[in-house]
Amino acid sequence: MTAAPRPHPVPTGTSVRLTVNGQPADLVLDPRVTLLDALREHLQLTGSKKGCDHGQCGACTVMVNGRRINSCLSLAVMHDGDEVTTIEGIGTPDALDPMQEAFVSHDGFQCGYCTPGQICSAKAVLEEIRQGIPSHVTRDLEHVSFSDDELRERMSGNSCRCGAYANILAAIREVEERA
Amino acid sequence: MKFDRPATTNPSDRMAVLGQPHTRIDGKLKTTGTAAYAYERHDAVEGQLYGYPLGAGIARGHVLAMDTREAEAAPGVVTVVTTLQMEKLPQDDRNIVRLFGGPEIVHYHQAIAVVVAETFEQARAAANMIRVTYDEDTSEIYNLAEKREMVEDQDIQTHTNVGDFHTAFGQAEVKLDATYVTPPQTHVMMEPHASIAHWTDGRLRVWTSSQMIDWHRQALATTFSLDPEAVHVESPFIGGGFGGKLFLRADAVLAALGAKKAGRPVKVALPRPMVINNTTHRAETIQHIRIGATKEGKITAIFHDCVSNTPPGGAGEDATNQTRYFYAGEHRLIVNRLAQVRLPESNSMRAPGEAAGLMALEVAMDEMAEKLGMDPVEFRIANDTQVVPENPSQKFSQRRFVECLRHGAETFGWTNPKPMSQRDGDWLIGHGMSGAYRGAPAQPSGARVRLQPNGRLIVETDMTDIGTGSYTILAQTAAEMTGLPMDRIEMRLGNSSFPVSSGSGGQFGAASSTAGLYAACVALRAMIAERMQADPDTLDFRDGQVIDGARSLPLSGFASEGEMVAEDKIEFGDFRSKEYKLATFAAHFVETRVNAYTGEIRLQRMLSVCDAGRILNPVTARSQVIGGMTMGVGSALMEKLDVDDKRGFFVNHDLAGYEVPVHLDIPQQEVIFLTGDDPVSTPLKAKGVGELGISGVAAAVANAIHNATGVRVRDFPITLDKFIDRLPPV
Repeated sequence: MTAAPRPHPVPTGTSVRLTVNGQPADLVLDPRVTLLDALREHLQLTGSKKGCDHGQCGACTVMVNGRRINSCLSLAVMHDGDEVTTIEGIGTPDALDPMQEAFVSHDGFQCGYCTPGQICSAKAVLEEIRQGIPSHVTRDLEHVSFSDDELRERMSGNSCRCGAYANILAAIREVEERA
Repeated sequence: MKFDRPATTNPSDRMAVLGQPHTRIDGKLKTTGTAAYAYERHDAVEGQLYGYPLGAGIARGHVLAMDTREAEAAPGVVTVVTTLQMEKLPQDDRNIVRLFGGPEIVHYHQAIAVVVAETFEQARAAANMIRVTYDEDTSEIYNLAEKREMVEDQDIQTHTNVGDFHTAFGQAEVKLDATYVTPPQTHVMMEPHASIAHWTDGRLRVWTSSQMIDWHRQALATTFSLDPEAVHVESPFIGGGFGGKLFLRADAVLAALGAKKAGRPVKVALPRPMVINNTTHRAETIQHIRIGATKEGKITAIFHDCVSNTPPGGAGEDATNQTRYFYAGEHRLIVNRLAQVRLPESNSMRAPGEAAGLMALEVAMDEMAEKLGMDPVEFRIANDTQVVPENPSQKFSQRRFVECLRHGAETFGWTNPKPMSQRDGDWLIGHGMSGAYRGAPAQPSGARVRLQPNGRLIVETDMTDIGTGSYTILAQTAAEMTGLPMDRIEMRLGNSSFPVSSGSGGQFGAASSTAGLYAACVALRAMIAERMQADPDTLDFRDGQVIDGARSLPLSGFASEGEMVAEDKIEFGDFRSKEYKLATFAAHFVETRVNAYTGEIRLQRMLSVCDAGRILNPVTARSQVIGGMTMGVGSALMEKLDVDDKRGFFVNHDLAGYEVPVHLDIPQQEVIFLTGDDPVSTPLKAKGVGELGISGVAAAVANAIHNATGVRVRDFPITLDKFIDRLPPV
């Protein structure tokens, strides 16, 4: 048998101020709490999903200060003062964002579990292309332009096991073409 | 309602709402993150605690001791439940291996404890403080090829032995004799298994992620020795299943055990790295196929022998099923063997049987066509059959496989190019095709409809929507049958208070559950006809009105003094399986590129032409098929659980190690449904498509790679290491 247990220090809470979907959120958190769990468990914003908790699936994608990240790979206490946008801040059932509308009209989802992450990524991808940020498939680094392959490459961190990829692509393309 | 003869004309034939491309009615919830999945039900009950599971670190043996003192003293910990605190829990018939209880370990990551704490972080940290002492049994053999030689007589099933295969094959003018391997695969639905459990007065409530509500309710009752009436299960949104959420799993059991001991509700999600070894997988198969034919391409002899892994008592992956029904041929020998391998439980994954079976059979058909010098499309057409080959008195209710092949060939621009004949710069181009067969079963299914005074209709059934589109096609069914617009239909699914449905599995969900709702709507129509003293068959329900000749009454009026409730279920007579064979068919066409230097494979386009009876909603049906095609690409190119032969577990047990297709892997996909009803199937004349979509796809990809490179790989998935040394010289 092992030796007698040693006492564990009680983790003390750390104060964090986030701005989530435009609203201030003051939290006192165990420093082990990920940004994803701060959103899902503490703020009860469960639109951001936990598919793997290891940065392998993209279901937890949110925007932090305008950039998309895997919120499961980031501790909440690292985000003091940051602005976080989740799927709940993109649109609501009564006021869908054009990207959400396009996902509905192109059936860009099935079970729906990866969908908030796909939508957050899709909106970020269009912005990244607009800003001229190149990707692995960009041929001319000086002129980054919209294409199906750019979308496929840039969306590849968001897994969809239902296999809605072709429809997701069609949805994003429609939003880009309408913009 | 008993469905005991083929359907004739009925109200569903109007197809004003059914059959229309309606977008999903749950779309606004799913795209805004407001559809709440099991672990997210903060609303369900106050005071939820967090449970974190611990899985066994050995594949076989016994737990000798568990030292939980440190864990129990850790901050925030409320209680610890270990497998040594109880006997093995009673096991439901549908589970092949135990879920919890007792010292015996029968597979890696079998649940052995749950730590319950105030927060997730506290529970996780404390779970890692439990010290476990094992007595490990290392004598097992986990290698299927090795176990194949040790299969005992009672584990060999001869499905078909018609004519004299051995003589006919010996005399055949053209022969193929080849062995194929399909690997163990795992579902990897995006939402891990999760449950919240709460006990009140000896009653158990569970909010979970389940394809089959009533199976979960029954299994929980068995596990905890409860009356099924004392168990309540809810699962309105499910983040994918693919067969992995058919049966009760450890998440619900641990949550219930933790909640009982803590006296408070507890929620448990299986951590992703625990899902693969703790739950079920598709078994590995080794398939031996022999085909004999005349020089003209008529199959005379066909042999299919499959062996797959299962723990004792399981069914493995019988990959021979389609071979009994798909192609003609007088002399047939079809055998299935089960090798007892004590890996985690093998069980259903999307299109169990056919998905793996067609990976072998449809490559074999391609190889045979090549030997014959025939176009593989024409070879399949030449061996089509309209009756079951081993029992010619049984005919297919509807089989338009030849039409799938011809229509697909024309749409795709199929020219049957010679291997290695197409090139674009550094890329070798290949075209490949395959056929697909998948059965069309149906299960009893119940539903209740509640007409409200305000003119709305509430539909209640314990049917689940696992991404298949159940919410939408059921609402379409109710709208069609009552003449109400879609926005007046309120769907309530996935709740054990509602009538028991077919649930979602085996490609039976859509056909069965819509038939059950049809029955309930027919009952409602009959009640209304009685009130009107009219013949129900002459009433017309449209635009919110009930029309009887010149008389027209608003439907809502029938509920003006209180809701009107009708309930029924559909049951299927055995004519469906005795007189007929019901199945769905498809032809798949694929164009791929293979880099001549690096062997990198990039699919260019995919086409599937499907024959699946009446299509209830072309939007959701198409999504089912493209999803299947995508999973088929995974089967062809990347998906494989790697077995540690010594330690007996799946090594690549997370989403980094087990690779599934991502956006960049999937090209343009086209799906065509042949129009036409199958009145033998259900009153709605529909069959499922969700599993047809994956069936045969991997073989079409494999055949396209062969066509590009001239290299035949019979061991899936087709990864670079298996063919780069055989690529044509550059």
